[in-house]
Amino acid sequence: MTLTAIDKPDYNYDIVRLFTLATCFWGVVGMLGGVFIALQLAFPELNIEPYLNFGRLRPLHTSGVIFAFGGNALFATSYYVVQRTCQTRLWGDKLALFTFWGYQAFIVMAALGYVLGVTQSKEYAEPEWYADLWLTFVWVAYLGVFMMTIINRKEPHLYVANWFFLSFIITVAVLHLGNNISLPVDWRFDKSYALASGVQSAMIQWWYGHNAVGFFLTAGFLGMMYYFVPKRAERPVYSYRLSIVHFWSLIFIYIWAGPHHLHYTSLPDWAQTLGMTFSIMLWMPSWGGMINGMMTLSGAWDKLRKDPVLRFMIISLAFYGMSTFEGPLMSIRAVNSLSHYTDWTIGHVHSGALGWVGFITFGCLYYLVPKLWGQKEVYSLKLVNLHLWISTLGIVLYIAAMWVSGIMQGLMWRSYDELGFLNYSFVETVVAMHPFYLIRALGGVLYLSGTLIMCYNFWRTIRGEVAEGEVDKDGNPREARKYHKPVPSWQAAE
Amino acid sequence: MNLLKNHTFLEKNSIVLLLAIIVTVLIGGIIEIIPLFRKDTVIEPVEGVRPYTPLELAGYNIYIREGCYNCHSQQIRPLRDEVARYGHYSLAAESMYDHPFQWGSKRTGPDLARVGGKYSDAWHVAHLKEPTDVVPESIMPSYEFLIKRGARLHDLQKHLKAQKAVGVPYTEDMIEMAVKDATAQASGEGRTDVSGLQERYGENVNARDFDGQPAMISEMDALIAYLQVLGTMVDFESAKGITVDGQEGEAE
Repeated sequence: MTLTAIDKPDYNYDIVRLFTLATCFWGVVGMLGGVFIALQLAFPELNIEPYLNFGRLRPLHTSGVIFAFGGNALFATSYYVVQRTCQTRLWGDKLALFTFWGYQAFIVMAALGYVLGVTQSKEYAEPEWYADLWLTFVWVAYLGVFMMTIINRKEPHLYVANWFFLSFIITVAVLHLGNNISLPVDWRFDKSYALASGVQSAMIQWWYGHNAVGFFLTAGFLGMMYYFVPKRAERPVYSYRLSIVHFWSLIFIYIWAGPHHLHYTSLPDWAQTLGMTFSIMLWMPSWGGMINGMMTLSGAWDKLRKDPVLRFMIISLAFYGMSTFEGPLMSIRAVNSLSHYTDWTIGHVHSGALGWVGFITFGCLYYLVPKLWGQKEVYSLKLVNLHLWISTLGIVLYIAAMWVSGIMQGLMWRSYDELGFLNYSFVETVVAMHPFYLIRALGGVLYLSGTLIMCYNFWRTIRGEVAEGEVDKDGNPREARKYHKPVPSWQAAE
Repeated sequence: MNLLKNHTFLEKNSIVLLLAIIVTVLIGGIIEIIPLFRKDTVIEPVEGVRPYTPLELAGYNIYIREGCYNCHSQQIRPLRDEVARYGHYSLAAESMYDHPFQWGSKRTGPDLARVGGKYSDAWHVAHLKEPTDVVPESIMPSYEFLIKRGARLHDLQKHLKAQKAVGVPYTEDMIEMAVKDATAQASGEGRTDVSGLQERYGENVNARDFDGQPAMISEMDALIAYLQVLGTMVDFESAKGITVDGQEGEAE
């Protein structure tokens, strides 16, 4: 390791750059998958049997956005943040590189499996045993790289973002191992049978499933929030004490919330009640995180007016607050009896996924990409703003359509005529949802368009360009810069 | 402030922090999951639930492969409208041989927990081939390829063995005869001897040519055999005498 005169560590940005590019790539792929399956629900002719039927593509979309897009974003930001806050180079260059290629290999393995019909049928844990085994190796390497970097730190205190990243990495490991205990039919078979069955397998699956949300999509992304929001706002985190209280209560309470996915099922009532109770309690630590993030802007709210990147981050926290209020609400048995099995759940998930996970990631990427490629700011903040509003409109269309369609379907299912018979056949409720499926698909298209604008913006940023008529985040004008082809080294030598 | 002072210790000792996190996140899972493995407290002692026949198991695996669980639940809740629409609410015993469960989480299509016997085989064939032929408003994809594809029967023995290893009570006899039983079930009485199959899986087992294509045992045969047994195993008449605590009580 080479140290400069002021002892500035030689950070490993190569690995962060790789994960950043992979995040953009998989983001587009995963969201494109989402738009396609949304269209399949509106226009079933788009199903092309057997490989491109909805049932095989839906896991492709969910894994694509959660694990490929979200996962690569978490790798990129955690590797960046842990180096910066520990003031030391990422430990193990080769092992870190292995986590990159290993993780991409896992994604490809899982995706190929879905299309070919290889699945465990456990939501968000569909990959079969061989892919799970491979991911376990990659994840242990990830934990090793992250933990060793922490141990090598020059800064005695471990910054709060790292607590969140650490809890995300280790808990996802526990969940992954716990939920994927299965017996392959034979080591030459891609098929396995889960060790648990029926009620037990349902409880284990939703212990996993809900905490994939809690630790992958929440704790990890809160780690991002705790570093990048204060950095971009150039303010310290609002409350150190709040971060301690909200960290420990969040990770303790989240793990209990799984059974709210199983209300009124064959799961014993006591487990359902525990799940509901803890889900409601979870509202508080969730909002603790939201308040800590938003109030970081305390005294500097004017920055929101000038800086679209910060706006991304703060809107993401608003969506986080909204969906972590909606979640506890939906976990109440009586509400759940209406919402469960309907599109309301899909809408809820997407207000969290598109609003919170997506937007905080975009905010962080807009901060990160110029830094990683040696630029002061992205190519165009105007395009960032365009991305922001197109995507926000997309989310609003998406979740509003799903609220209406979900609640409508739930109410239609339980509607009786004056003699006490059911009013609607199932397929009548399917027909009624068609217009909302169209609106949802439009919302998805808008959101995807925003992501494509971001990728374009990054491409120009990486080429070192600055658009005409741009101002920086503080409102100062920037000089436009065009791309100059670098002179190849062999020509320069002549 | 004590909290801040004490927490500094964790912030300076990363290994202790890591261990503290592990302990914190394990508690909830342990309390919610471990007690469920006292199965007599979870699964009601009803009669009639048996392991799937080899052909039904092949169908269950096709159901999983095609991701049917993405749009169909198999869990009827004890709510008035669901019982009116789908039948008796689901019992824990009914999914105890599903490794893993197929309860689902979304009803883009209707619940299938008691679809068995509700429609004819011919209806299922027509519906799976082209759903809009029988339900014009349906948005379900078509699965015509299933009828052209031979069901994979030759390795069913291995599947039953693996199932037995994870706790499904298949006997040695059942494993031994897996392929024969599958063939017999898809051919039916009159064309083959189904007495062995009935001896192993009960008199009520559906044995017939499900897909209307006697020359071949297709994936359609297997999937329909599975669909037709869903929710039909429990003998609700004999279950009437069972009281809440699982003891035999006075019949009504």
